[in-house]
Amino acid sequence: MALLQISEPGQSQAPHEHRLAVGIDLGTTNSLVATMRSGVATVLPDAHGRPLLPSVVRYFNNGKTEIGYAAQSHQAEDPKNTIVSVKRFMGRGLKDVAHVESTPYDFVDAPGMVQIRTVAGVKSPVEVSAEILKVLRERSELSLGGNISGAVITVPAYFDDAQRQATKDAGRLAGLNVLRLLNEPTAAAIAYGLDNAAEGIYAVYDLGGGTFDISILKLSKGVFEVVATSGDSMLGGDDFDQRLFCWVVEQAKLPPLGPKDMRLLQVRSREAKEYLTFHGDAPITARLSTGEFVDLKIDTETFCSITQTLVNKTLGPVRKALRDAGLTVDDIKGVVMVGGATRMPQVQRSVGEFFRRAPLNNLDPDKVVALGAAMQANVLAGNKPQGEDWLLLDVIPLSLGIETMGGLAEKILPRNTTIPAARAQEFTTFKDGQTGMSIHVVQGERELVADCRSLARFELKGIPPMVAGAARIRVSFQVDADGLLSVSAKESTSGAEASVTVKPSYGLVDADIERMLRASFEHAKEDVHSRALTEQRVDGQRLLEATRSALSQDGRLLSDEQRKAIEQSMQRLEKLLPGMDHRAIKHAADALNKATEDFAEQRMDAGIKRALAGRKIGSL
Amino acid sequence: MNAGAAKALTSPSSSHFELFGLPAAFSIDELMLEKAYRDIQSQVHPDRFAHAGDAERRASLQWTTRVNEAFQVLKNPVSRARHLLELHGIDVAFETNTAMPPEFLMQQMELREKLEEAKDAKGLDDLRKNLLSERRSLETQVAQAIDSDKNYKGAADLVRKLQFLHRFDEEIDEAYESLDG
Repeated sequence: MALLQISEPGQSQAPHEHRLAVGIDLGTTNSLVATMRSGVATVLPDAHGRPLLPSVVRYFNNGKTEIGYAAQSHQAEDPKNTIVSVKRFMGRGLKDVAHVESTPYDFVDAPGMVQIRTVAGVKSPVEVSAEILKVLRERSELSLGGNISGAVITVPAYFDDAQRQATKDAGRLAGLNVLRLLNEPTAAAIAYGLDNAAEGIYAVYDLGGGTFDISILKLSKGVFEVVATSGDSMLGGDDFDQRLFCWVVEQAKLPPLGPKDMRLLQVRSREAKEYLTFHGDAPITARLSTGEFVDLKIDTETFCSITQTLVNKTLGPVRKALRDAGLTVDDIKGVVMVGGATRMPQVQRSVGEFFRRAPLNNLDPDKVVALGAAMQANVLAGNKPQGEDWLLLDVIPLSLGIETMGGLAEKILPRNTTIPAARAQEFTTFKDGQTGMSIHVVQGERELVADCRSLARFELKGIPPMVAGAARIRVSFQVDADGLLSVSAKESTSGAEASVTVKPSYGLVDADIERMLRASFEHAKEDVHSRALTEQRVDGQRLLEATRSALSQDGRLLSDEQRKAIEQSMQRLEKLLPGMDHRAIKHAADALNKATEDFAEQRMDAGIKRALAGRKIGSL
Repeated sequence: MNAGAAKALTSPSSSHFELFGLPAAFSIDELMLEKAYRDIQSQVHPDRFAHAGDAERRASLQWTTRVNEAFQVLKNPVSRARHLLELHGIDVAFETNTAMPPEFLMQQMELREKLEEAKDAKGLDDLRKNLLSERRSLETQVAQAIDSDKNYKGAADLVRKLQFLHRFDEEIDEAYESLDG
């Protein structure tokens, strides 16, 4: 008798076309793109065979841009228009930006996120990042010979909601279908874990160009479970350069520098830092625009002593993550080192001493994040072959809450809660006849709202007048699998319901994205309508394919009537797809989504039953 | 398979124990709980539906959220006991019922004094170790009251004590954090 094959949900039974999916590490210093090729994750190099793309964007007054190595090598010539380390400005206000005095940019303080005035106009960090992502998108399309169906973009685990949203917006602006935002240390754990068939508890120490993350993960039978994460989103290799730069200025007794000389010495400092990784001392020489000649030498010992506080600063979050996980260093089976800055010998030494074991460096710390992201992108695109089942369970890095009386933050979702997560809390009015309530959403660990990051403010209106304390306002938080938050509030005691839902937007609303997209299409001489049509067709096609595969797996769950309704919606969408009306296609797709709502619920139920049934058989 | 029956088993209003196919008891097999959690996650997690339609992605998000919440509640002894007592119609009432036996309150005050005095990580480590053994013994009493004696009212008093100890544990965490600066 033939055995019935039951396939996993989320993947079709029929062999389908391999979808092109990429993983992108959008780094502070360098960015990379990787993909799965014949079952192996590979970084895609540029036409010259170089795997890295320096995260540097130079703007010209004719509207042209230069990105990567070319921009990097010219940065000291045109520092005001050559943006380096833009990741440090993502989702940040001017007051959050460290070392403003030693950056050459002409900052514009905009609500939500700082912007930079260049010869090509005022640019938001989202637009600058999108330029980098566009280069990587084009690189992968050229190299893979087709349109990219989806991308996973990595973010520091310690990024807050504003920084994550900004990254996702940049992806959208670069024309990418962002399948998921993935935490960098988690991506590294995937690459490391799958490569080494690792089991047990691992720490990932990720010191990048501008950010520091520590994640503690439990690896068990293909499940990557983050148990705790911590970090500092304002600490990275750049800060070591900055310390060295200050030392140079002090040693050479230099007067206040112009932007060009400042950038030149920063570049020289970075080069010296990298040189010190393999040598006992490093020369630092530069001819300044004033004619002055800087000629210094720094040895390892001096460099270690001026940067030791930075290394120590990473150990606080490490201890915190261990405590949050309820673990000690003895429980850790291995420490995976990630990020170019972990190449510094003093970092290796301090981490080794803290964990009382030699750190693991067997994967290139510059590439490991992109490789892990490529593996995850491949799974999310539905290319995963059966039997290679693995699952990621990640957490939020910072507590989410709202402001209550007296400027105090009330935590609703604590840090290290596994995502997706939701929680609701009830609040009440404090004045008789109060008809509105202002809700202030914050993120952070501190008790005072003023010390937390403000994510959104909104007003719930239309509360029926009652005595103080009688109204019941339910505030609900939902964090999705990207770690992004939406908040809703609802008053329901009186039956007259008032409710509102917001997604924090940080000054960049959909209309802004639309405008930026329009501008970039105009530049590329691309027709906005044809772009929208292509997108709707791709989405519609994807939905049809997904529905067909769901029907072939679980169609038996449906009554004849339900099945007929779904099939009718499918036929309608199929008929409209070749047409030119992108709105009609969208409506038909929305209708099909609506028609499959009950079916989706039934499939989840069936999945849970299947999971429990499998467990019982397994334990007999 | 009958879809209606599947729905009844895993409807959002069913208990967290039912969701994971576990008996409703305070003493649980943590390995079984973890395994059930992972097995269910691998069926409903959004990563399995990244390429699916909106309806499925939404359903997946809702279910995963529910499964995560249930897992959190069952993993933590205080919330597990509270959930269990609620199923038996007893409200533990952490917020409103703070009446405690005087000797327990004395003991709590002494603990907090010790926390004030603890100046280094070693002192905090010791406090935590003592706290852990006290929590374990209280948990044994809760298991006895709920699972064997079916004395739910008496269990609620013990659970309130356990909640006190959990809060003290959080205060130790805060003390560690201020040590780190």
